[in-house]
Amino acid sequence: MDLPELGPLWLSLQLAASATAVLLVLGTPLAWWLSGTRSRLKPVIEAVTALPLVLPPTVLGFYLLLLMSPRSWLGGLWVEVTDTTLTFSFTGLLIASVIYSLPFMVQPLQAAFESLGRGPLEAAASLRASPLDAFLTVAAPLSLRGFLTAAVLTFAHTIGEFGVVLMVGGNIPGKTRVISIAIYEHVETLRYAEAHTLAAGLLLFAFVVLVFVYVFNRRLPVHVA
Amino acid sequence: MLLLAASGAAAGEVTVAVAANAAEAVEALAADFEQRTGHRVTVTVGSTGKLYAQILHGAPFDVFLAADQERPRLLVEQGLAVEDSRRTYAIGQLVLWSSDPTIEATPETLRTGSFRRLAIANPDLAPYGAAARNVLRELGLWESLRSKIVVGENVGQSFTMAASGNAELGLVALSSVISPRNGREGSYWEIPEHLHRPIRQDAVLLGRAGNTAARAFHLFLSSPKALATIESFGFVVDGQRRPIHTR
Repeated sequence: MDLPELGPLWLSLQLAASATAVLLVLGTPLAWWLSGTRSRLKPVIEAVTALPLVLPPTVLGFYLLLLMSPRSWLGGLWVEVTDTTLTFSFTGLLIASVIYSLPFMVQPLQAAFESLGRGPLEAAASLRASPLDAFLTVAAPLSLRGFLTAAVLTFAHTIGEFGVVLMVGGNIPGKTRVISIAIYEHVETLRYAEAHTLAAGLLLFAFVVLVFVYVFNRRLPVHVA
Repeated sequence: MLLLAASGAAAGEVTVAVAANAAEAVEALAADFEQRTGHRVTVTVGSTGKLYAQILHGAPFDVFLAADQERPRLLVEQGLAVEDSRRTYAIGQLVLWSSDPTIEATPETLRTGSFRRLAIANPDLAPYGAAARNVLRELGLWESLRSKIVVGENVGQSFTMAASGNAELGLVALSSVISPRNGREGSYWEIPEHLHRPIRQDAVLLGRAGNTAARAFHLFLSSPKALATIESFGFVVDGQRRPIHTR
């Protein structure tokens, strides 16, 4: 059997790990704010967060192509600073992935934070813990399940990204040729053996990840402070 | 009821599957054909490979206008298209195009490499991509430009990459560049014919025999009026010399 090149697989893993890391940093405060706020803006921000779930990747891909173009303010600034274009680069894909996977990080976290209720935090505040302290020592450990679910889903969803990458990636080996693109090209060029290997691997991966999420969500005991 | 049935018999329906790069030309042809004959034409646009796969799986198309010769030939071989109906309706013209006024689309620009990105269509998937690779190899630039090349899934996507400024240069179809839908100025260089094999695009009548409207449309494709229309969209037609295009 013809073994496919594994470069695209490593690239996908790198992209997914980076996107998950960035989203943990950006998504956690956002989810925290959403879980506690009574602001009238809340539904609007929630809607914006959920948009990537509903929009076809072509919409996102099209606007990212315009936004990251050297003719736009963002793409132009990027070219001035780095002397490379944002499109067709790993960084460009990372930005796309962060937007594309945002709901997969924020929604599980928000649900976890909301299920904590006010109690534990009010207790922490009454012991004079600062809000940050209360979050780090009380809320975060209690939301471990939420964090794990969010991180795993974000990672897996980024691995499965296709449409956006197809539009802004440019299919460059080692930079933007991720596994889904490689599979697509193998299929289109009738190299079914290679396509099968990669596709079956991805199928197995997705299945294992989801089983893990469901098992973990059932088994981990809920800590009651 | 009777009236409807009668008019239905007179005015037939044709479903045409056309490769994306020829879509504008074929839409114009279809409008002209409808006016002349009273038949109704439905145009489905897609990539040659995908349309071919759809036809294999029973998609209800009457005429297939591909971007290559290979897929129509295979359809005839597989008995899905009418034998002897395969003919070249257009020859695609590859151009080097820049939508950026500060970058001139010339062979010199290619040679000096004074640009960041060159968009081409996927050489393994798209006829225009294969031609682009041909050209770069002939010019001896394929290896040296490797790191600057970005690949679109088809020639339309490569055009978008260049039109949106994400790639300064693109090896794209002349038909896209001179299209009224292209809002960008810029410059282009028509690639000389000796640098690549001609991009012959074939049409076939698909195997749903008995549709007079489909046969009429297929025949209409060879009419002088149709050929002139196809030419005006940036293609060469058989037996003609390359036209001079001005914008």
